[in-house]
Amino acid sequence: MSPTRERLTPEPPSWLGIPPFPEAVKEALGKAEQRKNLRHATGTIRAKRVARADEVDNWEELRTAAAQIKDRVGRHLDDYLVQAEKAMTDAGVTVHWARDGKEANRIVADIAKAKGVDEVVKIKSMATQEIDLNEALEAEGIAAWETDLAELIVQLGHDLPSHILVPAIHRNRSEVREIFRTEMGTYGTPAPAGVSDNPEELTAAARTHLRDKFLRSKMAVSGGNFIIADTGTLVIVESEGNGRMCLTLPETLVSVVGIEKLLPTIEDLEVFLKLLPRSSTGERMNPYTSFWTGVTPGDGPQDLHVILLDNGRTNVLSDPVGRAALRCIRCSACLNICPVYERVGGHAYGSMYPGPIGAILGPQLRGLEEERDRALPYASTLCGACNDVCPVRIPFTDILVHLRHKVAEYKSSKHPTVEGGIMKGAGWVMSDGKHLASVQVASRAAGKLYRGKWIGPMPVPLAGRWLQARDVEAPPTETFREWWKKNREGGQK
Amino acid sequence: MLSPGTRVALFATCINDTMKPSIPIATVKLLERLGCTVVYPSKQTCCGQIMTNTGYYKDAVPTVRNYVDSFGEFDYIVGPSGSCVGSVREQHAMLARWAKDAPLEEAATAVSGRTYELTEFLVDVLGVTDVGAYFPHRVTYHPTCHSMRITKVGDRPMQLLKAVRGIDLVDLPMADQCCGFGGTFSVKNPDVSIAMASDKARHVRSTDAEYLVAGDQACLMNIGGVLHRQRSGIKTIHLAEILASTEEEVWVA
Repeated sequence: MSPTRERLTPEPPSWLGIPPFPEAVKEALGKAEQRKNLRHATGTIRAKRVARADEVDNWEELRTAAAQIKDRVGRHLDDYLVQAEKAMTDAGVTVHWARDGKEANRIVADIAKAKGVDEVVKIKSMATQEIDLNEALEAEGIAAWETDLAELIVQLGHDLPSHILVPAIHRNRSEVREIFRTEMGTYGTPAPAGVSDNPEELTAAARTHLRDKFLRSKMAVSGGNFIIADTGTLVIVESEGNGRMCLTLPETLVSVVGIEKLLPTIEDLEVFLKLLPRSSTGERMNPYTSFWTGVTPGDGPQDLHVILLDNGRTNVLSDPVGRAALRCIRCSACLNICPVYERVGGHAYGSMYPGPIGAILGPQLRGLEEERDRALPYASTLCGACNDVCPVRIPFTDILVHLRHKVAEYKSSKHPTVEGGIMKGAGWVMSDGKHLASVQVASRAAGKLYRGKWIGPMPVPLAGRWLQARDVEAPPTETFREWWKKNREGGQK
Repeated sequence: MLSPGTRVALFATCINDTMKPSIPIATVKLLERLGCTVVYPSKQTCCGQIMTNTGYYKDAVPTVRNYVDSFGEFDYIVGPSGSCVGSVREQHAMLARWAKDAPLEEAATAVSGRTYELTEFLVDVLGVTDVGAYFPHRVTYHPTCHSMRITKVGDRPMQLLKAVRGIDLVDLPMADQCCGFGGTFSVKNPDVSIAMASDKARHVRSTDAEYLVAGDQACLMNIGGVLHRQRSGIKTIHLAEILASTEEEVWVA
């Protein structure tokens, strides 16, 4: 795109400008208002999730069933994909295959151009975020308008989403008012003069702003929550109804769907429609669930395209430990429970998938070449709260540790590292009690030096970082090993 | 219930052995008071969690081998740490499998199956919840993530604490949220770690407790480090130390 051409849609900042996680968090941690918003929002939704899960007697069995269904899809993905393609084609859907984001974006742009369309309305979709579809369309002279309220706030605010389900979770209503007031008019119907920060007024402004876009658009773009392999049914789940407007008004619908989103039969869907809304919004049922089995004359889109997107997914599938991440149904329960996410929000993860799922999915989809992706598996305390809430039982902590191993291997394959040296040393020390005892001579010496004192801030590597906010009790003058020798040894082993 | 004099191998853990011997000492005294014969195999070191969780599997495998060598002969291995016991149970076999060492994997699976976190051993094996302890202080309990979610000790620590005479047990707000230690997390992501530890310390202070108790020294070191920096006067104490405390000999932390 030439820099002189005027943009059609608000220009977003780039994920690429965000430094690796340990650095990126510094700015996020300093935002008091954002931390308050996040604490409040995640706290509320956590409590709702617990209440809604508790209502279901066989919740744990449902989670197991969901994990098993998803794993079965992964094991036989080739068969299910071919089956789904045939069923969709038979029902009148045009099926496309995209190896990566570039191919998928090309397909969407070509369809739009063939239709003579220069703008599309969009249903909130993580797959299209993942491949940066909006920016690719913008470069082709096609405006892509987000219609989900939170995505609209993000788009108009020249911002990046910071949560899978609630992309504008980091914004409060006065910020939303400001964005609507200054930006809406540039890209369509302006916000009413004197709009307040009352949520009802803001929603009404968004509704009016979006209305002319809905009525004008000839083409909609969506993702897809599920595709039923044996019937070829595309399933889209949403909360606001804006999605349904996109699904019913335009003549053409293009859905970009990750290849892992298949389910074998419609019966399997029952499990997920119980788990997904309860895990994500804390609702018993999501307000809008749309099923499209091909094209029906006179009802809904008359030209339906489904783009089956790989974009790294087959690589994830080839990893026996990491592949469980492909079970993810994008509910964001793991984000909402994560104490790290709660404090730093989504942007610090440097990708559209933040939180625990972002920490395991991003580096697997994109690989480990970038420092940003190598930092993500360490953006967790391994507290395991995400394991417990995940409706498809993704073993987050196991995958995080597995990816850390891959990162460590990656780094040490390049050149020896300080960390590698420390770990090698620790490995030797911990390989035998005699080695440990010899090292404890040093801790005892320090103990004698500091005798009973606490150690405060110190300008030393690694420990210095720790001691910037915490004191440490001096080591004891006698280890347990010695105590035992003095007090118990003799009669026993 | 075990027969008196059952041999119990103590897994002291490297951090307790080196930094906080009062915890394994308390564990020894407690188990002996309950009629066990405690054995300490001196070959033992560590669960290998630091290396494993930082991604250095190769450097963690020798600790698995050493753990099996140290404890292989025992029917009961008891450790006063939910985190270390969890690592033995959840990671040792995985590491042996990664090293393609089938005999080690088999041995590690067997030994980890006989490894108990202290409160599991007391409640499930010895069948006691009242260990005859006395601790006349206001105490709040932090469940610790690995005890709660990896090792799944459940409410056993609370059952034991509630039976302690003289104790004034108060609920900790947001008790099940992580304190931000996470092993090398606190070094690799110090800023987030400090934010989390500070929130945890704030919740502890809000209880007006004299002591914060937990089943994992690493978490206590993290939260206690903040509490000390803040000159809050609140001390940390391990669960084993409270349970070892008696009317005849009240434990002083």
